[in-house]
Amino acid sequence: MDVVVLVKQVPDTESLIQIAEDSVSIKTGDLKWIINPYDEFAVEEALQIRETQGGTVTILSMGPEKATEAIRTALAMGADSGVLINDPMTAGGDALTTAKVLAAALKEIPYDLIIAGQRAVDGDNYQVGSAVAEYLGIPQISLVIKEEIFNGKIRCHRVFEGGTVVVETPFPALFTTQRGLNEPRYASLPGIMKAKKKPLDIKTLADIGIDPAIVGKAGSKTKIKTLNFPSERQAVRMIDGESGAEKAANLVKILHGEIKAI
Amino acid sequence: MSKRKIFVGGEFLITDSEPGDMFIVEEMTTEHKMIYSAATDFVKKEILPNDEQFEKINEDYARSLLEMAGNLGLNGTDIPEAYGGEDMDKTSTCLVTEALGGAPSFSVSFGAHTGIGTLPIVYFGSDEQKRKYLPKLATGEWFASYCLTETDAGSDALNTRTTASLTEDGKFYILNGEKIYITNGAWADIYIVYAKVDGKSFTGFIVERAFPGLSLGKEEDKMGIKGSSTTSVILKDCRVPKENVLFEIGQGHKVAFNVLNIGRYKLAASTVGACKIAITEAVKYANSREQFGRKISSFGMIKNKLADMSIRTFMAESLVYRLAGAIDDRFNTLDETAKQQVTENAKTIEEYALECSIAKIYGSECADFCMDELVQIFGGSGYIAGYPPERMYRDTRINRIFEGTNEINRLLIPATILKRAMKGRLDLLNAVQVVGEEIRNYLSDTVIMGDAPLAVQERLVKISKKIFLLAAGKAANRLGANLEEEQEVMGFMADMIIEIYVMESGLLRAMKIISKKGESNAQYHDATAKIYINDTFPKIVHWARQILSYVEAGDDQAAQIATVNRLADYPPTETIALRRLVAEKVIKARKYPF
Repeated sequence: MDVVVLVKQVPDTESLIQIAEDSVSIKTGDLKWIINPYDEFAVEEALQIRETQGGTVTILSMGPEKATEAIRTALAMGADSGVLINDPMTAGGDALTTAKVLAAALKEIPYDLIIAGQRAVDGDNYQVGSAVAEYLGIPQISLVIKEEIFNGKIRCHRVFEGGTVVVETPFPALFTTQRGLNEPRYASLPGIMKAKKKPLDIKTLADIGIDPAIVGKAGSKTKIKTLNFPSERQAVRMIDGESGAEKAANLVKILHGEIKAI
Repeated sequence: MSKRKIFVGGEFLITDSEPGDMFIVEEMTTEHKMIYSAATDFVKKEILPNDEQFEKINEDYARSLLEMAGNLGLNGTDIPEAYGGEDMDKTSTCLVTEALGGAPSFSVSFGAHTGIGTLPIVYFGSDEQKRKYLPKLATGEWFASYCLTETDAGSDALNTRTTASLTEDGKFYILNGEKIYITNGAWADIYIVYAKVDGKSFTGFIVERAFPGLSLGKEEDKMGIKGSSTTSVILKDCRVPKENVLFEIGQGHKVAFNVLNIGRYKLAASTVGACKIAITEAVKYANSREQFGRKISSFGMIKNKLADMSIRTFMAESLVYRLAGAIDDRFNTLDETAKQQVTENAKTIEEYALECSIAKIYGSECADFCMDELVQIFGGSGYIAGYPPERMYRDTRINRIFEGTNEINRLLIPATILKRAMKGRLDLLNAVQVVGEEIRNYLSDTVIMGDAPLAVQERLVKISKKIFLLAAGKAANRLGANLEEEQEVMGFMADMIIEIYVMESGLLRAMKIISKKGESNAQYHDATAKIYINDTFPKIVHWARQILSYVEAGDDQAAQIATVNRLADYPPTETIALRRLVAEKVIKARKYPF
């Protein structure tokens, strides 16, 4: 079973995010970068599949050269090889153009299964995985919390409001991850040293035969107009009162009278 | 990577370094970054959420953590690959140690295991001993501990009463004695025990838990690090096979002290990790606690604290990684055969003995400062058990005591310098003479400085060295062989040497970052170096004046002190606005900002 995992390098969720002067991007100077947490689930699941089914795990990413760090981390966790599509013409693209690039790259990489995070925690588009499956013309199952492989098929449990649904499809297929799928392993120190020697190809758009005009900023169908921070949370207000009943009465008064919520 | 100049130990006092001569943590390789992430993730996910577990002894938990650390390869960074480790550079070890330094109590169990517990075998063990013990220590299947201290052999470590005598058949040594305050005591599977063979020859032994005649005292009820084991280790006719002699009979001091050197800089790395956690806790609280209708992080006095905690931690971090880089560089000059030789390893470690003492002192005192301010920022709740500051304040206090008290380390620093000067390993006498001549020929009171970034601070560090050489030269001259008995003078000398190394490390790091990223992208590094050197330089002057007013008298005294005063004349740097700048960065970053 050859598995390809789509990985994106994103700012650490604990980083302080600042909006850049252009008001449509963020300042990247001081940020610490990590593997998108949902993609970490994808890497872990791919490694577990390889453990039971044999085969290979390839990491595919698009991004600046710095994104090799995220690929190296996945290699340190145990993946076999990595491919980074690194081309300045991909910059400023939307989810659809990213999917076009990844789908083009996947024409050169053998796969039975593709696993992607349900979304990247920076852009929160929830689109790339699905769009890649569409471009490749293969079935896709989203928000998976459990999978089983048997008789040349994959059966996935996916969550939806109030329950789970079990979906089955033949290979090749793509699924996206949901929290609860697994507990990603740590990259061990020997793993980190081994990762240094594993193959990592860096390719341009020309290498994967894609026209720069249909990707990046030029090829995007959507455009970010502006970025805003949510308004700052109000300070906590303690409700006064001698007894529980009195506090409840005061709370009702505030909700009804002041805030007019009820 | 450009080649860094290799300095001999203590040379920083007489030769000025260029920024290019020093490794800074910002020069980490991708692998280093990944190693640091792996170790910090481990602490963040497996240890910190169970914070309260570490207020009592829990052997099973500690063992499971050590094994988990073993699986990740964290125990084996200093262990050769052939014996189950990864044989990484000292920078990697420092990064792992720093990350684990953020773990309550386990940092001490881990530090003792991977440091003073494992390293005696790594550096001084025979191939057979390495094969037998190191793989188990690397995986974390076995805990290691180091047994030097006794009731009458604390700082005076060689005053060991524990004895070893060979059995008649020549197969065993019989050990008798009692070691106290042994970290990992109740958990250890092997003990590195120091004893005197026939009451004379100080020697190291590897003693297994199961050897007949070894027993343990009860757990000590400690002020802090309550989740780590500390017991006495009692040897009563304990039978140790002859093969378990570590290194050579009568050479135990080399094992004991060289391993302590490594232990000392690792301790410093660990305190850097603890300080970073303290800063995170402090700023988190200061950003949420409101008084007078404002977040307390908006008040100048709290800003000062956040800035100072970060500035000192920056200094500690700068010197620890500078030292790790220097030790790596020196190890890299050894060829493969030399690396296998115990004596070459020992010489390499010994070279930077005094820098290791500096790291230990500065790191532990920086941590005490940070924990103290952490409690203060929390105010009343900082004094209440259950909030992190109360535990962290108690936990850090041991760092000034173990691995050689800070007092013993302070005495070691000038003593080592003087010994090396006498042996011709360090050209201190010449440097003292040169400074003397410079002072005699010193005509102009105005010095023209370039307007390069940090030019003033660079000059102040250089002058600090001159002032030190002047005062130390006079002290050595007047007190001669009695100098070592005059511990107060030695203490002042040590303080000057420590702060010179600290100032220079912070300065060179800031200069290197400015030259890499440009002045406008390094304003916090620039401010940090300015504030620290501005505040520390007057202390150098004070210590020199104290030494001179004690060792000199009459006209000589007046003349020497006048010289120091003339050298000390410098325009103060404005630091109020600079501290606010650094504090604002901490407040925004919500953590250690560098």
